[in-house]
Amino acid sequence: MSSRGLGTPYRRREESVTLERMEAPLAGTQVESDAELFTINMGPHHPATHGVLRLLCTLEGEVVRDVTPLIGYVHTGIEKSCEDQQYWKVIPFVERMDYLAYYFNAYAFCAAVERLLDEQVPPRAQYLRVAHMELNRIASHLFWLGTSALDLGAITVLWWALRDRDMILDLFEMSGGQRLHPRYFQVGGVIEDIPPGWARKCLDFVAQMRTRIDQYEALLNENQILLERLRGVGVVSQDRLKQLGVTGPLLRASGDPWDLRKTIPYSSYEDFEFRIPVGTVGDHYDRYRVRIAEMRESLKIIEQAVEGIPEGPFITTNRKVALPPRHELATSMEALIHHFKLVTEGFRVPPGEIYEAIESPRGELGCFVAADGSSKPARVHMRDPSFINLQCLHDMAEGELIADLIAGIAMLDPILGGIDR
Amino acid sequence: MIDATGLELTARAIGEAVGEGSVRDTIFFRDQATLDVRPEDVHRILSHLRDDADERFDVLASLHGCDYFPHEPRLAVHYQLLSTERGERLGVRARLTVEQAETTGVPTVCDLFPTADFQEKEVFDFFGVRFEGHEDLRRLHMPEDYEGHAQRRDFPMGGEPVLYTFNEHKVPRWYE
Repeated sequence: MSSRGLGTPYRRREESVTLERMEAPLAGTQVESDAELFTINMGPHHPATHGVLRLLCTLEGEVVRDVTPLIGYVHTGIEKSCEDQQYWKVIPFVERMDYLAYYFNAYAFCAAVERLLDEQVPPRAQYLRVAHMELNRIASHLFWLGTSALDLGAITVLWWALRDRDMILDLFEMSGGQRLHPRYFQVGGVIEDIPPGWARKCLDFVAQMRTRIDQYEALLNENQILLERLRGVGVVSQDRLKQLGVTGPLLRASGDPWDLRKTIPYSSYEDFEFRIPVGTVGDHYDRYRVRIAEMRESLKIIEQAVEGIPEGPFITTNRKVALPPRHELATSMEALIHHFKLVTEGFRVPPGEIYEAIESPRGELGCFVAADGSSKPARVHMRDPSFINLQCLHDMAEGELIADLIAGIAMLDPILGGIDR
Repeated sequence: MIDATGLELTARAIGEAVGEGSVRDTIFFRDQATLDVRPEDVHRILSHLRDDADERFDVLASLHGCDYFPHEPRLAVHYQLLSTERGERLGVRARLTVEQAETTGVPTVCDLFPTADFQEKEVFDFFGVRFEGHEDLRRLHMPEDYEGHAQRRDFPMGGEPVLYTFNEHKVPRWYE
């Protein structure tokens, strides 16, 4: 290592972090001047951080006095890459941000572009989108349930949750052709109608999933270890959460029934009957119960969406935006021209800026798209809920034991692909 | 949602409370309302929008940057405000030149909305906009010794050599 390397700001920070904190404790903490503060690094490669999250923890014995998340280890510049793609080719990119909630990412982007184009989505497509998004919400919550329970020492739940998540992935494969990142949502609708038998299979899944959730609750709700790890731990007040911009199940667990599906409905969510589960205390246990209850509500929405699905086109008939049906290409010259133009150049979007927000499994997922009139977006930005929610980890873990920090990360449900983008 | 008339009334109220000329323009596009404001007044305008009894935008939903290259002023910081009481959104946009962004920048809103902390760091990291008064303005995603601001439109795509064993001798002293 040469002297040039040692003088870089990065190295200087590495040195300053450890020494300064050892000598001067944090303002506001009740630490005697001779009490020993211990700075420990956790991650980026740690099984309990659900990805490559690095935490700089300042401990006093086993008590966490400060925790600073350091992120950027999976920053891949997706937002930058999107600026170099045609609008319809951006969809696979944004799907890979929050990689457990891919339908939501795709929807947020498509909805923003549809609004820029002033394009109406047919009702059938809206219902199909709702059904898929709610299936995705359950899949995401199941993965959260499995990994969180694993962090708390309950390994059975992981196998059970992944078994049930697989049934959802089978449904995704049936409708979109892929288990993960299916690129099913398109600007103006969905790429294909659901195949015969999908609705039956989906309703079978809903019926089965109800008893499966009962089984999870029987396993966990009265589990002494789980209760002691979760109850009364990591309480953050509702006001503080709102100041920190935290949304989703974390905010609802503190008692605020804020859910964009109800308050600012999109994609015909106003047609469905469902309730918003809220907590009372705002501890880890409430966060767990809220997510479990959300899965039940999602099942209700799926049932209503699949049973009440309207007839009609599954994608807009505007040929300037959506590809023409395959059979038309052999007979219609216009269809061939439209197909050629869409595939080579893509569609152009009038200049303007749109911020479209939806309720993802982790909170408000906002998509900002700025168009400059060309066929590629000038800027795509995702307001990812994991990124914003991560800021409350400090409030959650401060003053708790280091083991509760692990529970805190689990209940926060951060997806590092969404945080770093 | 705020309609076009409501946006004009809000703009006028801000003009009276904060000062003449603080709102440069109002944009009403596809049912979304945006105020284009002077960068140096951002803190006072957001403080007015948060605390005024007629506005009450209590949550800052998102803060992000944007590069309007080749238009001038090039850079912009967008604030997406949300009123949880009425379910209304309002965008606030402060446009500034590259020179302005790197010298005076915009005042931080971390004291009004603590959620802005990470997002201001992100905008600083990717666009090089300074946030005056931010306690700990440093790069968030990129390494601290990184040069340049990756989300600007004039930053090249794939502008950085990817290091493999076969080409490490072509990127000398990379380990520093």
